[in-house]
Amino acid sequence: MTGPVPMVEAQQVCKNFGALSVLKGVTLSVQPGQVLVLVGPSGSGKSTFLRCINHLETVSAGRLYLDGVLVGYRESRGKIYEMPARQAARQRRDVGMVFQHFNLFPHRTALENLIEAPIHVKKVTKAAAVERARDLLHQVGLSDKADAYPAQLSGGQQQRVAIARALAMDPKLMLFDEPTSALDPELVGEVLAVMKKLAGGGMTMIVVTHEMGFAREVADELVFMDDGVIVESGPPREVLGNPAHERTRAFLSKVM
Amino acid sequence: MFCYGAATNEAYGWATYRKYLFDHRVSEAAWNTLQLTFWAMLLGLLLGVTLAVMRLSPNPILKTVSWAYLWIFRGTPVYVQLVFWGLFPTLYQKIQIGIPFGPSFFQLNLRDLSISFILAIVGLGLNEAAYMAEIIRAGISSVPEGQTEASTALGMSWWMTMRRTVLPQAMRVIIPPTGNELISMLKTTSLVTAVPYTLELYTRTRDISAVIFQPVPLLMVAATWYLAITSVLMVGQYYLEKRFSRGISRTLTTKQLDALAAARDGREGSR
Repeated sequence: MTGPVPMVEAQQVCKNFGALSVLKGVTLSVQPGQVLVLVGPSGSGKSTFLRCINHLETVSAGRLYLDGVLVGYRESRGKIYEMPARQAARQRRDVGMVFQHFNLFPHRTALENLIEAPIHVKKVTKAAAVERARDLLHQVGLSDKADAYPAQLSGGQQQRVAIARALAMDPKLMLFDEPTSALDPELVGEVLAVMKKLAGGGMTMIVVTHEMGFAREVADELVFMDDGVIVESGPPREVLGNPAHERTRAFLSKVM
Repeated sequence: MFCYGAATNEAYGWATYRKYLFDHRVSEAAWNTLQLTFWAMLLGLLLGVTLAVMRLSPNPILKTVSWAYLWIFRGTPVYVQLVFWGLFPTLYQKIQIGIPFGPSFFQLNLRDLSISFILAIVGLGLNEAAYMAEIIRAGISSVPEGQTEASTALGMSWWMTMRRTVLPQAMRVIIPPTGNELISMLKTTSLVTAVPYTLELYTRTRDISAVIFQPVPLLMVAATWYLAITSVLMVGQYYLEKRFSRGISRTLTTKQLDALAAARDGREGSR
């Protein structure tokens, strides 16, 4: 093989829900350390594609590789078999995911949210997990909220805890599914700041968002999706500044 | 007026009441009632969880089996079910577990005299399972899907997600109706005379009263015991509910307030 192995490589990925086809052949690749931003109208398949990457959704056709390994399936003699649940779970440890609605565990404090998976999934000792968790909470600026329950935090704070929770597993890839869409406008900035810092630190990230400013500033590549296909992609300045397709232009005129 | 009337009315027989309240036959019967309640509830709980998970599973066969179980056991009176289990030994003489036509590992003789206690537990427990299944299903369904997704995304297995994320949150919804069921179970044990099992509280006191011809004081004795046990159970429920309501309210817990106060004191002290 030539060059480094891409962190994510999608080849003609398709996804059908019954008769409805949501992804109609998505091909893209993300290099280690790259930030890819996915934009597009709702229902265009961006979130579904993101969820395919950590096998929260199964792929109907095509292939998806994570760090050179097929996601959720194993290949033998040209045939593809679905992985046993346990193996798929092991694969997900390397992929952190941040959700639109945070999905923090409401019955656990911020610190307990962070140490839950490292202790029970990765079998890290409690002391080590707590130390790492405190460090991460410090990084997202929430050192003083370690003992607060999610209901006691603002939306922006909850999302920062959720990012720290994903990072606690030391993932090689971070997926963000509209991380700021459920936030009040004045809280969006604090979450984006954490994400920028993360990108600056060399984390490989795929971000579904409507924040064009963030895309312009942070993304290495911008992908515009509509109706289950990639319409166009390229450096954000080019795609945003000089869109080649009519559909991209129509979309951008609405969101910018 | 009613209290005064009750206290002075000879027919209540308060002297007899005092005499039998702590009679060893009565306290033994109360113990038997507690045991029946405990084991039947445990059976109901375990089978209820199984039925609830079956009902929520994508497998149509498991779903149908669970549905049919609920249909039968909720659709017939528990008294009728208890009579049926009482008649069970006339249908089958013994239960054997082993290899067909081969050796047997376990054998239960249904014509034994002590079997009525087990049949009473089975009768109450199987009935309870149908109700518990619905309570647990409601609890599990009340936990948002995002919780399962977040756990899965963190690499947790299905079972770990259930145990660490879903069930602890479902408990908040499950506990109050389960407390109801437990108290209701305690009182339903008075029906196992249908099996017939006669050594529980109500039947025992009735048997004593039949001998001494004073039904009212012994009814009062039984009522006092039921009330006492129920009160203890209610206290237990209060603490369980408190345990599982963590993180629900935005108000700070005492522990958090103490920590905040300590932090502030520390800052002031260092000034």
